[in-house]
Amino acid sequence: MTATEYKAGSNLEKVLASGAFAVTGECGPPKSADGGVIEEKAKILKGYVDAVNITDNQTAVVRVCSMASGYVAQQNGVEAIMQMTCRDRNRLAMQADILGASTLGIKNILCLTGDHMSFGNHPQAKGVHDLDAINLIKMYKDMRDEKKFQCGDEMAVAPELYIGCAENPFADPFELRALRLKKKIEAGADFIQTQCIFNIPKFKQWMEEVRALGLHKEVKILAGITPIKGAGMANYMKKFVPGMDVPQEIIDRIAAQEKGAPQQAEGKKLAVEMIKELAEVEGVAGVHIMAVEWEVAVPEIVEAAGLMPRPAVA
Amino acid sequence: MAEPEATVETVEAPTKPVDPDFEPEIIVFACHYCAYAAADLAGSMRLQYPSNIRMIKLPCTGKLEVIHLLRAIEAGADGVYAAGCLEGECHYLKGNLWARKRVNHVKELLAELGIEPERVEIYNMSSAMGAKFAEVATEFTQRIKELGPNPVRREGVSPHAAAREALGGVAMPDETESSAAATVEEGSAE
Amino acid sequence: MITAERKPFDEIIALVGDKKKVLVAGCDTCVAICLTGGEKEAEILASELRIKAEQEGRAVEVEHTAAIRQCEWEYLDMIAEKVEAADVVLSMACGIGIQSLAEKFAPKLVMPAVNTNMLGMPQEHAVWLERCVACGECRIGLTGGICPVVRCSKSLMNGPCGGSHDGLCEVTGPDKEEIECAWALIWERLKAQGREELMFTDRPPKDWSKSSSGGPRKMVREEAKPV
Repeated sequence: MTATEYKAGSNLEKVLASGAFAVTGECGPPKSADGGVIEEKAKILKGYVDAVNITDNQTAVVRVCSMASGYVAQQNGVEAIMQMTCRDRNRLAMQADILGASTLGIKNILCLTGDHMSFGNHPQAKGVHDLDAINLIKMYKDMRDEKKFQCGDEMAVAPELYIGCAENPFADPFELRALRLKKKIEAGADFIQTQCIFNIPKFKQWMEEVRALGLHKEVKILAGITPIKGAGMANYMKKFVPGMDVPQEIIDRIAAQEKGAPQQAEGKKLAVEMIKELAEVEGVAGVHIMAVEWEVAVPEIVEAAGLMPRPAVA
Repeated sequence: MAEPEATVETVEAPTKPVDPDFEPEIIVFACHYCAYAAADLAGSMRLQYPSNIRMIKLPCTGKLEVIHLLRAIEAGADGVYAAGCLEGECHYLKGNLWARKRVNHVKELLAELGIEPERVEIYNMSSAMGAKFAEVATEFTQRIKELGPNPVRREGVSPHAAAREALGGVAMPDETESSAAATVEEGSAE
Repeated sequence: MITAERKPFDEIIALVGDKKKVLVAGCDTCVAICLTGGEKEAEILASELRIKAEQEGRAVEVEHTAAIRQCEWEYLDMIAEKVEAADVVLSMACGIGIQSLAEKFAPKLVMPAVNTNMLGMPQEHAVWLERCVACGECRIGLTGGICPVVRCSKSLMNGPCGGSHDGLCEVTGPDKEEIECAWALIWERLKAQGREELMFTDRPPKDWSKSSSGGPRKMVREEAKPV
């Protein structure tokens, strides 16, 4: 593929385009003006992932913004996937920010609705929600491909973007989930990352519907994995995190080990098994490892899953 | 009594050919104090005006509601106009001013429907202006002939009857309508 | 209809301050229907204020009245005398009524005794649910008659989001009560209507300039303006 055939020519795009199984990670910026934390996390992940998600006020808790953190990550050798939520910015800010990100060399953007304010530490804030994620995907696509702002005005230099979004195969109504993916693809999504998977049979069922619609050929699907650090964490996710489907067997398997290092080891082992199984599912183009506040576990998992070395694409 | 200067709305040139056989049915809501009296006068003066117009007398054009005008159109009237006293001389002081507002609103509604707003109008005259009455009737009929039939017009529905029904008790009995239409220009619209 | 809830009593006391002649003015339209600020409730609040004053040994005159609708000038005329006689008026009307009262009798002190909270529907007697935010651009014909602007916690035009589970929203109410996922409801309604394809059409961004976000709005009916 020549450079002109890429939408943005980011490392992630090139890896996915080459047909290699992609690996992305996740990095939560700190809750303070401390760029050093991001540098540290970037250094841990460097070389083990093709790109890393930089979350955007995740769970409605204020952190260093995704654009700045993404820039720091890239300065430290790891390609960023910037995130943009509809909760905090209106269409002016979202367009301005993507122009800014582009000038800073950020090319991957994940378009999200955003967790509701009530979950976070500023529940009194006014949720913006000027657009929704699908409007956002389309707006960025039109900026990139039509060189037009949402209002129709033209721009001289378009941002180079590889556009992504999230999809949750486990949310309700289940019958809609493959069709919603179709809607996101029609809006302009190039890649998607799923919510973390614990219920592999249900995920496979979703993939079947996705394949039946031919969607896996139109978009690159990265399966989400969260390595479990302990039975307590698994229980918490099952009970309190919306959209999570954590089968009891998994919690039991982790709980069978002693707390601490043994449970962590079992969690990593489980993650590796799941990655290997998901890599065999037709239509899965890569894995997105969300090791929340456990970035140190990622190198080991990626190695054990046989995904090293990461491809170096021209 | 000298007649004040008459002002008649101008009509734009038609873009489609005028069908010589088309006889429009036009409903006129005329107020008792001025316009209907002017019609009577026109009749006594043997002034010619088209028999296409069918009159309904009201105490005052101020009693006309938007729905009355619209129901006449809905029933297939090709044209509808209110005829009231001169502005400033309404027997009920402001009735004709209210009528003008409502006629303007009906024009907006017709435009929404893609029907020519010129099919609805309001004219002002004093009871002494028999000639004006005849002139208005003639010009408006010509305007409607050029516009063509109401797209909603259909067999078996009488716009005049529908308009009277919509008005209900507001409509006054047709006393002198037969003499007002005595001067016949061409064959009756029926 | 517009609904409101009476403010906490302490807040009302603070708004009255040290004023000696208080008039509690109810409104007999929306706030009476939602059992918050009609004549009956105005009388109750007036009684409470007198009891409180008695407890604290303060001499306060508290009267009550109600307008048929506080947002109409003619109806305010009918309570003008009582309003003029008071040092402070505690209005139990919705925000519209309170402001009308304040404007008509300016600079008379008019305080809100209620928090106007929503355009609500009485789901059952004594229970109101928010149904409309007066966004000025109603599109519920395309969503099966269900409004995503107010009933979806994120006002999604192309919902549901990934947080929808078992027909419920990921957000719960202030008292942890369940909120239905508007887009799950819309999907069910569209299916029942045989209009599933509407779920998959691309809905463009909303024009918020038509809502209060674009500034305070005005409506004029030219054909009805007095001549």
